Amino acid sequence: MSAGLLATSPGGDVLVAAIVVPVIGILLLWLVRPRAVEWVALAALLANLGVAVAVLRTVSSSAAPVAYLIGGWQPPLGLALRADGIAAVFMAMAATVLVPVAIYARGAFGAPGERRPMVFWTMLLAITAALNLIFCGQDLFNLYVALELLTFAAVPLVSLDGSRETLKAALRYLVFALAGSVLYLLGVAIIYGAYGTLDLIGLASIRGPDGALLLAIGVMTAGLAAKTALFPLHLWLPPAHAGAPPAASAVLSALVVKGSFFIALRLWFDLLPPERAVAGSTLLGVFGAAAVIIGSAMALRQARLKLLVAYSTVAQLGYLFLVFPLGLGSGAAPFESTAWTAGALQLMAHAFAKAAMFMAAGLVYEAIGHDRIAEFRGLGRIAPLTVLTMTLASISLMGLPPSGGFSAKWLMLTAAFGEGAWWWVLVIAAGGLLAAGYVFRILVPAFTPPEEPIARVKPVVVRREAAALALAVIAILIGFLPLAPWPLLAIGRIAAGAP
Amino acid sequence: MMGLVLDGGIALLTIGIAAWTIRAGDDFAAVVGFVAYGLVLTLAWTRLGAYDVALTEAAIGGGATGVILMRAGARVKPAPAARASRRARIIVGALSAAVAAGLSAIVLLPPQPAPSLALEVREHLASTGLGNPIGGVLMAYRAADTFLETVVVLLALFGVWSLGRDAHWGGRPGPALRPAEGGALPLFARVLVPAGIVIGIYIVWVGADAPGGKFQGATLLAAMAILAGMAGLVQAPATAGRRLRWLLAAGPIVFVGIGLAGIPLAGAFLAYPPGFEKPLILVIEVALTVSLAAMLALIVAGPTERAP
Repeated sequence: MSAGLLATSPGGDVLVAAIVVPVIGILLLWLVRPRAVEWVALAALLANLGVAVAVLRTVSSSAAPVAYLIGGWQPPLGLALRADGIAAVFMAMAATVLVPVAIYARGAFGAPGERRPMVFWTMLLAITAALNLIFCGQDLFNLYVALELLTFAAVPLVSLDGSRETLKAALRYLVFALAGSVLYLLGVAIIYGAYGTLDLIGLASIRGPDGALLLAIGVMTAGLAAKTALFPLHLWLPPAHAGAPPAASAVLSALVVKGSFFIALRLWFDLLPPERAVAGSTLLGVFGAAAVIIGSAMALRQARLKLLVAYSTVAQLGYLFLVFPLGLGSGAAPFESTAWTAGALQLMAHAFAKAAMFMAAGLVYEAIGHDRIAEFRGLGRIAPLTVLTMTLASISLMGLPPSGGFSAKWLMLTAAFGEGAWWWVLVIAAGGLLAAGYVFRILVPAFTPPEEPIARVKPVVVRREAAALALAVIAILIGFLPLAPWPLLAIGRIAAGAP
Repeated sequence: MMGLVLDGGIALLTIGIAAWTIRAGDDFAAVVGFVAYGLVLTLAWTRLGAYDVALTEAAIGGGATGVILMRAGARVKPAPAARASRRARIIVGALSAAVAAGLSAIVLLPPQPAPSLALEVREHLASTGLGNPIGGVLMAYRAADTFLETVVVLLALFGVWSLGRDAHWGGRPGPALRPAEGGALPLFARVLVPAGIVIGIYIVWVGADAPGGKFQGATLLAAMAILAGMAGLVQAPATAGRRLRWLLAAGPIVFVGIGLAGIPLAGAFLAYPPGFEKPLILVIEVALTVSLAAMLALIVAGPTERAP
């Protein structure tokens, strides 16, 4: 049980800050005067960005993970935080998405101190803390607490408008998410019963019969898939993400669903020896492929922009699940595989592009008072920056170069060709074509000059357009990273099954 | 022999009440069944020697959840119990079967003797100054989990508040109470509430060395507040009140404050300086009890329904 003895690294305190800063922010929000609420939230998110950058710099400069033993207790008795390469990259990604979202949301909910702004800022900070913990948590029950934090923060955002439809959507989301929690917790109990530890590093070094581990990971993956809206458990996502206010939709689609996906990634890549994961990972890939095709086809049929963008999330999440068969079946060390980098790039590119897309959709709604795609002619004249944002985000979503979406899909194709797995090639190609179909449905009318001037309901605020545009630009910039496995993503990985 | 009969009886009763609850004709009967089910489960945990779990089940599983369900049921218009669609029932049935199968796997599969951290928990307990190993897990080894769970409860409360109308934001939860008309409830509350408060405080205090602790004690205190509220003896506070907000935040603030002080004083976040473990843990427990009791009582009280 003493395998993998951890010690607090120099500078490991930043990991504590990653959890504590947003939580202190939440407590302050409810104690300060209403006028200060937005500033407290913004300050906490900026501090969080500083923390995330510090973690990323430490991990990349030392080429080693940063660890922290909470209370000085050694796992499995105590809890440790540990940021490896992928955790550091994703923490920085999430922190970078959150700041423009906050700039966009400032003043969007009416007078500070009222119901909607108080709930929004509270839940935004809670999501920040939960994601940081998910990325650096090392203990399966600690990760469960993080998942609960994430769920309880996400569900109220869905029904923030308080309408009947959004309440229904939130309730449906809650049912799916709680069923997912139960299944995850069941897996945790099975693992503790069989191995007497919940520590990831300790579990990865276990030898001998692994029937209980396979059973537990199967159950937990089902639960996490429900929270990630993997096809066919995606039914809750479109109404929930389309019904939330745009700033909330951006966070829900870009970040929240990635939290549960990340834990699934940890379970499969950290705990399962690759040769034990082949059959299950193929199954996950099949569900992912179905999500790509069906989600895109549904997006093609939507009449309203926000629902289209929400269905596009179902499809883009599908790509993430192709990482399981491609990464675990490559024969190489999974974290040095092309598919591993492809998955990480897809997760990040989608986060930036989708947050930009939802924020732009919100601006369109404000500018013309509706989001019916059929009546978008002349939008480019009224809100040129917003249409530019949608164009850049769309380039990444459909995977045209140069963009993060292109790099991700290109690397995925490379991995699939390398393994001779032509069926995944077909799925990736078909998904790209369908994505082009649904984004052109938005862009073509938006760029078409109107027959008669389109009525502008409200002028758009440039600060908010700029926030959305910044995210779309980052989605494009990710495309300039070298097209090769990224060594940073392999730092500090626990190799399952290694001696 | 006697024990076997007792255990068998409890097991049969558990299954019987569960089945009865599922088959119950209307919402109210189902809620009553659910509360009874919680009580029988409490007995089962007691028989297994898991007194902490038993206390939690009684307080939160049966008690607090039962009250919330009762209130929700009273609010929904009485209608003939809607049967869920066939598809929904099949899905729920399949999920329940999967959970049951998983639970039986936990009971039947583990190697003998089952691996456990219990030995390690006891081994280090002396250095925490506590006598109850569960207290050691919650306040020392896994204090970060406990801290974040408190934040989860707080978020649940804010989630409940988020369901109120904009016009009522900052107001009082629940409908305005009619003036007390005498009768049994106010009298009952006047007798029970003081006793309940004493027992609640005792459960928190004893939690350091014996089964008990802040969550269970706080639930009991919350129940007393709810009882006094239902009897019309006290009013639910306005949710915008500064004092109330400080009350809610006090527990997490004290916890994180002592936790952060541990970095310079004891070398790590949530570590306690040697010799001061027990007093510091007690300070955190007291602050958490107050905040948790307020959170739980307000979650049961529901969204704001009166303008501030």
